[in-house]
Amino acid sequence: MTTNLMTQGASRVGVETKTYFRAADTLFFTFLFPFVMLAIFSAAFSASGEVGPPGAEISIAALYLPAMLAAGIFLSGVQNLAIDIALEKSNGTLKRLGGTPLSPVGYFAGKIGQVFVTGTLQAGLLILAGGLVLGIDLPTEPEKWVTFAWVFVLGLTTCALLGIALSALPRSGKSAAAVVIPIGLILQFISGVYLQWNMLPDWLQNVASLFPLKWIAQGMRSVFLPEGWESLEQNGSWNLPGVAIALGIWLVVGFVLSRITFRWIRRDA
Amino acid sequence: MNTTRTDAAVRIRGLRKVYGEVTAVEDLDLDIAHGETFALLGPNGAGKSTTVEILEGYRLRTSGEVSVLGVDPARGGLDWKQRIGIVLQSTGETGLLTVTEMLRHFASLYPNPRDVDEVIAAVGLEAKAKTRIAKLSGGQQRRVDVALGIVGRPELLFLDEPTTGFDPEARRQFWGLIRSLKAEGTTILLTTHYLDEAAQLADRAGIIAGGRLVDIGAIDEIGGADARRPIVRWRDAAGTTHEVRTDEPGLHVASVVAEVGREPDGLEVIRPTLEDIYLGLVRDASTGSANEIDDTEEALA
Repeated sequence: MTTNLMTQGASRVGVETKTYFRAADTLFFTFLFPFVMLAIFSAAFSASGEVGPPGAEISIAALYLPAMLAAGIFLSGVQNLAIDIALEKSNGTLKRLGGTPLSPVGYFAGKIGQVFVTGTLQAGLLILAGGLVLGIDLPTEPEKWVTFAWVFVLGLTTCALLGIALSALPRSGKSAAAVVIPIGLILQFISGVYLQWNMLPDWLQNVASLFPLKWIAQGMRSVFLPEGWESLEQNGSWNLPGVAIALGIWLVVGFVLSRITFRWIRRDA
Repeated sequence: MNTTRTDAAVRIRGLRKVYGEVTAVEDLDLDIAHGETFALLGPNGAGKSTTVEILEGYRLRTSGEVSVLGVDPARGGLDWKQRIGIVLQSTGETGLLTVTEMLRHFASLYPNPRDVDEVIAAVGLEAKAKTRIAKLSGGQQRRVDVALGIVGRPELLFLDEPTTGFDPEARRQFWGLIRSLKAEGTTILLTTHYLDEAAQLADRAGIIAGGRLVDIGAIDEIGGADARRPIVRWRDAAGTTHEVRTDEPGLHVASVVAEVGREPDGLEVIRPTLEDIYLGLVRDASTGSANEIDDTEEALA
């Protein structure tokens, strides 16, 4: 191969990111959605005052900031890529690219790069909006931000790979959103994103623990919720090693599934 | 990887493609020389697209030998893809990038691309270079497809019905572009429904009907001498139409005039166009092929 993989990958990240911000629907449902939800939850429950264990009460907005960061990671990775790639498969984009010397690795590098550019921007703006507009106290300890960094990077990479794998599921580009969005919604409801985690029954918490979103949300809570909140988690602890292991397993699953399901076109035998 | 060198840019022997019960392509042999422009003609569903997609590496063949630029396209890697250019039939991409952005990106995928601005000029889209592809007309989008197919400086270019949706002027401009690619030594495999386009551009043509190559040859020889023989047609006093194929239409007209003793009604002398010859060949193939298929299958077995 004479064309450099780095050149191809960088070129892909450029066009992918441009396309992302020019598509009004992804901009709303993936990029802005967590902002809208954070605003709605903060406004809707503002009357209920502060919540949480005695001595560690926080505002509703502060409770939902880590949840919406987790939602953003999930949407930017899984929902965004699963719908995007299914569409590219059905509208001829992948067929055209498959006829060029673009390596599949370069193609994926472009997708994952796009997820990181947009996901980072989204998380940064969410935290900024939370701190400046909603007046949420942000953590000051460096170790909290270290935790944030690894949960974010590991979570986003895992979600991007799972999105690529999930794109094989819809049978047509038209059905992609209808297949992918409900899966995302259910996971967000049972993983402590929209509903406060400790309000969910044990069995539902156990089901949610099988999927990665619960662990991303838990990791984010450990960063942004004050001391005392860990008592509301399963086993009364943030269980960060558990977060790392669960996300690590899903990362491998996503990688393997992406590798075996991806085709430029559906080639007949 | 099969890297056997052959003289031909494309070499096909005994190609066969079966989808379930349906045989799409049967016993097809074809050579296309380096630098040649070859037109593949045939009605819809004749096996044209299947054949071309096998050559492009998009489909796998059932049996037979295929070599494209010395490589089996079923195993063609990225090195091989650098050397070919593909202009597919219509695509439905989202078109959120501008013409220049899209071409710059595609150029970045190839080791030795053409100059992007020159390619845009060659397809006549300078005025639209900064416009998003989704905002272009159908014919203009088709020109973007062609531009994307040639920006990598391919040795072999596949053009699948490239001028669908072009206005007459755009088609003439496109023909000029193809001639200049040909002058640079590009081998071109063209499929088209426009026989005048094949006559304008191609050195040779092949006609596919019912999955078989029913004729192949230089544009001015295809169909054989008989198919090109002029036709004299007239109506007699009773209103019956007569039609005679003859190499001496003038003499025949004179004899008819002598016979009826006056100007014959509805007199025509017709020199068959490529289109007439093509339609004749396709018609013959659809009426007389059933028995042949049985014969060949035995021969193959």
